[in-house]
Amino acid sequence: MISLLSAIGADAVNWSRAQFALTAIYHWLFVPLTLGLALIVGIMETCYYRTGSPFWKETTRFWQKLFGINFAMGVATGIVLEFEFGTNWSNYSWLVGDVFGAPLAIEGIVAFFLEATFVGVMFFGWEKVSKRAHLAATWLTGIGATISAWWILVANAWMQYPTGQKFNPDTMRNEMTSFADVALSPFAVNKFFHSITSAWIIGALFVVAVSCYYLFRKRREGRDAEGERKVAVHSIKIATIVGLVTSLLAMFTGDKLSYVVAQVQPMKLAAMEALYDGGNGVELVGVELLNPFQQPDYASGEEAALKIAVPNMLSLLATHSLDGYVPGINDIIKGGYTMPDGTVAPSLDEKMSRGKLAVGALSSYREAKKAGDAATVEKNKKILDENIKYFGYGYVSDAEQTVPFVPVCFWSFRVMVGLGALFTLFFIVALFYAYKRDFANTRWLHVAGIVMLPLGYIASEAGWVLAELGRQPWTIQDILPTWIAVSDVGVGSVMLTFFIFLVLFTTLLIVEVSIMSKAVRKGPALSEAARK
Amino acid sequence: MGAVKRKCLVRRVYDFYRDGFRSMDVGRVLWVVVLVKLFIILVILKFFFFPDVLKEKAGQGNEADYVSAQLTHEFQPSAPAENTPPLTDKD
Repeated sequence: MISLLSAIGADAVNWSRAQFALTAIYHWLFVPLTLGLALIVGIMETCYYRTGSPFWKETTRFWQKLFGINFAMGVATGIVLEFEFGTNWSNYSWLVGDVFGAPLAIEGIVAFFLEATFVGVMFFGWEKVSKRAHLAATWLTGIGATISAWWILVANAWMQYPTGQKFNPDTMRNEMTSFADVALSPFAVNKFFHSITSAWIIGALFVVAVSCYYLFRKRREGRDAEGERKVAVHSIKIATIVGLVTSLLAMFTGDKLSYVVAQVQPMKLAAMEALYDGGNGVELVGVELLNPFQQPDYASGEEAALKIAVPNMLSLLATHSLDGYVPGINDIIKGGYTMPDGTVAPSLDEKMSRGKLAVGALSSYREAKKAGDAATVEKNKKILDENIKYFGYGYVSDAEQTVPFVPVCFWSFRVMVGLGALFTLFFIVALFYAYKRDFANTRWLHVAGIVMLPLGYIASEAGWVLAELGRQPWTIQDILPTWIAVSDVGVGSVMLTFFIFLVLFTTLLIVEVSIMSKAVRKGPALSEAARK
Repeated sequence: MGAVKRKCLVRRVYDFYRDGFRSMDVGRVLWVVVLVKLFIILVILKFFFFPDVLKEKAGQGNEADYVSAQLTHEFQPSAPAENTPPLTDKD
């Protein structure tokens, strides 16, 4: 832990990044379970609505209670990120304010009206509204949370692939020119579906793990044991179907997202594949001995030892052609290859030159504007518009700054994909045992089901680590590097709040896990009618 | 008549939530934790540790100038590359 903290260094940029990472990771512990459990609870209540069985009603209420604990604990964990924007990332906040305003406002309104309205009916309305109205409230709570996630992911996707905006040098803001381009960019759409399907997997893993715990602990025979066992067996039947379907969907959406990343963030793809020198018909690396703690010497092109790879597969995934060209880190720095849009990729030197032109033109534009020099204003506006695409490269002084930390990207991708494949396999086996064999008495499967839950969170967080560290050094791709986006604040104040969060979040997590564990240990208590 | 109806609706919503909170079995500890967390995050952290830096440093209405200075302050325009247009008329 100490070596990890000392690796952050002594500047405000890295501490601000570390703080944002800490809060985002903490926030993402709650979000996927909310989204995932909302789906499963909705399915269970639909079973109750269609059958009228008291068993499904009480089973739904049990899982809804756990959903409620997670939901309440997740409240306001996301708002901390917005505080950090305003304090640690004020330059960035100002530059993106206009683009982010609409999605975040919609998110706020939808989150407030849909979630806040229907979550109350969902928890308190069981005996007070009709079955149909209650079912609608349950689904609308889940839909509200999902739509809310959409807008947050739209904002994140815009940072990875800025589109539908124009920079205004008078206001110093990126102003939205097309809401549809921002909200429906291919990056946003694919990121949303991949994030949501991965969240549904977490929901399924949670239900399976808790159910497996009940089957594993084998209470003494009695009313509680009988009810608990029945809830576990039926919950597993639903959760394994949800888990398998969503695992396959996550593979599909992951493939789609990777394709988009290959088009718009080639450096991220090269880093996650540790691809230094690209070419046609590039292989997909399964594993290789890449030092996880040290940036490799990519400039020499020397590959790591013991590589296991599938020939041509990376080309197929990245270009949908077995012989397609995939640039490596050195190719992106050198430029000169043909990009997916048919144009020739500029070299890093050219991007830096054009970026410096853009920053210089911005400076001259604003000075000329103050001096009332219309001709100079016009000339610099033109230069700025022509080079704004590479604005961020104006702050880059050497190639190393543009390469993300390869080992983290490489390994986080493999952790995510490897665990995703494991979950698919697990759900296939669990589904088979749930419907064709005796899941309830297969002890090894109970242990496996319990172990899968923490692995699910590791996979989910690894996905975000890849998404965010893979786009370094950019807060806005190609437009704003982290060291320019950061506020002019002292490193001491950022470190102080980092440690406050570390203590606060650790304490809250312990409290939250203990409340959740207590509710899980207590288990469902079915009525006589429900146990029949 | 309308006012009476509205009052009844407000009362019904109030009763709905009041009864709901009263009947929660894991609610007590949970809500204490949530309220403490909200207080810490929204009051203590927001007001004492997370100021709006731009408002503090730039002042209302001067944000664009401040951010512009941040982005161009230490910037030294490099020599324009060949075949690139000049930065200003004077250049």
